Amino acid sequence: MALSAELYYLIPEIILLSGACLVLVLDAVLGKEQWSFTYTLTQLLLLATAGAILFVDPGQAVTVLGGNFILDPLGVLLKVSICLVALPVFFYGHDYNLEHGLHKGEYYILGLFAILGMLVMASAGTLLTVYLGLELLSLSLYAMVAMNRDSRMASEAAMKYFVLGALASGMLLYGISMLYGATGTLQLAGLANAIAGQTDNTLILTFGLIFVIVGIAFKLGAVPFHMWVPDVYEGAPTSVTLFISSVPKIAAFAMAMRVLVDGMQPLAGDWQGMLIILSVLSMIAGNVIAIAQTNIKRMFAYSTISHVGFLLLGIIAARPAGYAAAMFYVLVYSLMSMGGFAMVILLGRKGKEADLLEDFKGLSERSPWFAFVMLILMFSMAGVPPFLGFWAKWFVIMEVIRAGFPMLAGIAVFFSVIGAYYYIRIIKLMYFDKPLEMKAIKSSRQMRTVLSLNALSLLILGLWPPLLMALCLKAIGL
Amino acid sequence: MLENYLPILLFLIVGFGLGIVLFVLGYFIGPNRPNPIKGSPYECGFEAFEDARMKFDVRYYLVAILFILFDLEIAFLFPWAVALDGIGLAGFWAMMFFLAVLVAGFIYEWRKGALDWE
Amino acid sequence: MIALQQVLVLGAILFCISVAGIFINRKNVLILLMCIELMLLSVNLNFIAFSHFLGNIHGQVFVFFILTVAAAESAIGLAILVVLFRNRGTINVTELDSMKG
Repeated sequence: MALSAELYYLIPEIILLSGACLVLVLDAVLGKEQWSFTYTLTQLLLLATAGAILFVDPGQAVTVLGGNFILDPLGVLLKVSICLVALPVFFYGHDYNLEHGLHKGEYYILGLFAILGMLVMASAGTLLTVYLGLELLSLSLYAMVAMNRDSRMASEAAMKYFVLGALASGMLLYGISMLYGATGTLQLAGLANAIAGQTDNTLILTFGLIFVIVGIAFKLGAVPFHMWVPDVYEGAPTSVTLFISSVPKIAAFAMAMRVLVDGMQPLAGDWQGMLIILSVLSMIAGNVIAIAQTNIKRMFAYSTISHVGFLLLGIIAARPAGYAAAMFYVLVYSLMSMGGFAMVILLGRKGKEADLLEDFKGLSERSPWFAFVMLILMFSMAGVPPFLGFWAKWFVIMEVIRAGFPMLAGIAVFFSVIGAYYYIRIIKLMYFDKPLEMKAIKSSRQMRTVLSLNALSLLILGLWPPLLMALCLKAIGL
Repeated sequence: MLENYLPILLFLIVGFGLGIVLFVLGYFIGPNRPNPIKGSPYECGFEAFEDARMKFDVRYYLVAILFILFDLEIAFLFPWAVALDGIGLAGFWAMMFFLAVLVAGFIYEWRKGALDWE
Repeated sequence: MIALQQVLVLGAILFCISVAGIFINRKNVLILLMCIELMLLSVNLNFIAFSHFLGNIHGQVFVFFILTVAAAESAIGLAILVVLFRNRGTINVTELDSMKG
């Protein structure tokens, strides 16, 4: 293929990169007053990127640039959902930044670069592109966490995130170097072939695989590599926590799919065992420690950890149907998590974060509708039918049983019941406790509309789950 | 075999010779009026003799950060320059795009005042 | 002639030193940054050794990218360090404990 024909498939990334650079320069040149303009431009750019991805969609797997870049149905769906999930995330984040006087164009610019990194990861064809996309994402996130330069907690969280993140990247790289040494190739497809074809280097391969898994587990936030999650979620400004908790999870799933499935499917027997340990520990620690939290951002952090445990179940099945279930889970999770943090943003006011559980006390008296919205979100996270979160758990657990791990499914069900306790506790606080203050909730009409739509989508899509599942199955190729 | 190294020998002789000649000339011709400040060792921005474990002004870090970032593009420019014959026009424009991205970052840091010392 | 194993052992030793440095060091965040740098360099050593002995250039290309990413990473690290110092007046690792739970 000629270079120009190959570049055709990269148009979305090129648009996003050029656009992000343009936004960067415009933001710097126009100065502080114009940062709402930066926001508008960011949203337009995301829409344009999503449109471009759909426009160049080849409908089959296409490999360009010497194998570095793959565009297949999986990549297209993940990339489009990354862009589309980022739209409301930036919307909520903008609302928070307005209210709390965080007038910084960097939030959007760093966000755009992070999204570029995620798109690169979702289309990675070699370990090199996986690494570059991951670093572009991580470096942007470190800077975003430290964005509020006057916050002691945020700078501490950023430092912890940075050190542990860099450690994980180093582990991942060490693993990649081992895989490269054992197979002599960086291409994921070539890696799979080389692994299937040889039997003498299994020790080095397993060694490399362990380090790679550590890297992936860290990025997903699975126990025992979860130490950064609670501190970063609590310390970062809520607009940043909102971003970190939703969009990058889709990218982390993409990375796991690319590296473990595209690159190391022949080693599935080895990585299944490691993922089972990670998954079980995450479900236990996430659900149990979350009960003890009083800060809702920290509670959501542990809830994220437990959701990651469930997400891993789908990958553990090591079959296409399992991957589709995991993908369904991650998409649903990003919708729920986004809504949860949007509620925290909605209740907060200038100079006061509503990040304690007691801020939700008596919400049904202050605003019945938003208490209901929160109810939908909490029921969905807890996995109560017929909300979308139930189906996400249902599909992964069914896949684990079909793959022959009934014990694992039992553990998953048990801990999702334990987890339901702390979600339902919030509902109890909202409906049965007296409010600490009777102030009406002050927010823009757009914010109310978007948040309501976000929560209702969980209910409506939950009534007919095959709709979203069909998309996931198609992307996996079933 | 050995005569191949003659140019290097010549270079060494001329180099040392020139250095010695300039030193000697300077010693005899130049004015020599020492004072304590002139005679003290100079180190950029610090007292020369004090504890090495001192605190640096935070502005040095900023300069260091910017230096690291814009210094490493050379790592890509050298191989690119060597391979330019082989990679053609596409390679040339790829690097131009890379440099344009860097320039965007440079404009940003300039406008944000990161290059001003005060 | 240096064998592949010798280089790999050196890489592994450097890697272990850096990981140990990150976990043992309780005094100074700046040293953490140095450890991270050392870790990436030990990986570079691995890549170059493999690239040389496999006769495959891709490993060396990877090293170029790691070098640049390492520079960006230390830049971000230093920037966060400066912010941290301004907010707390210390870069002592043991004092980074305001969040618990």
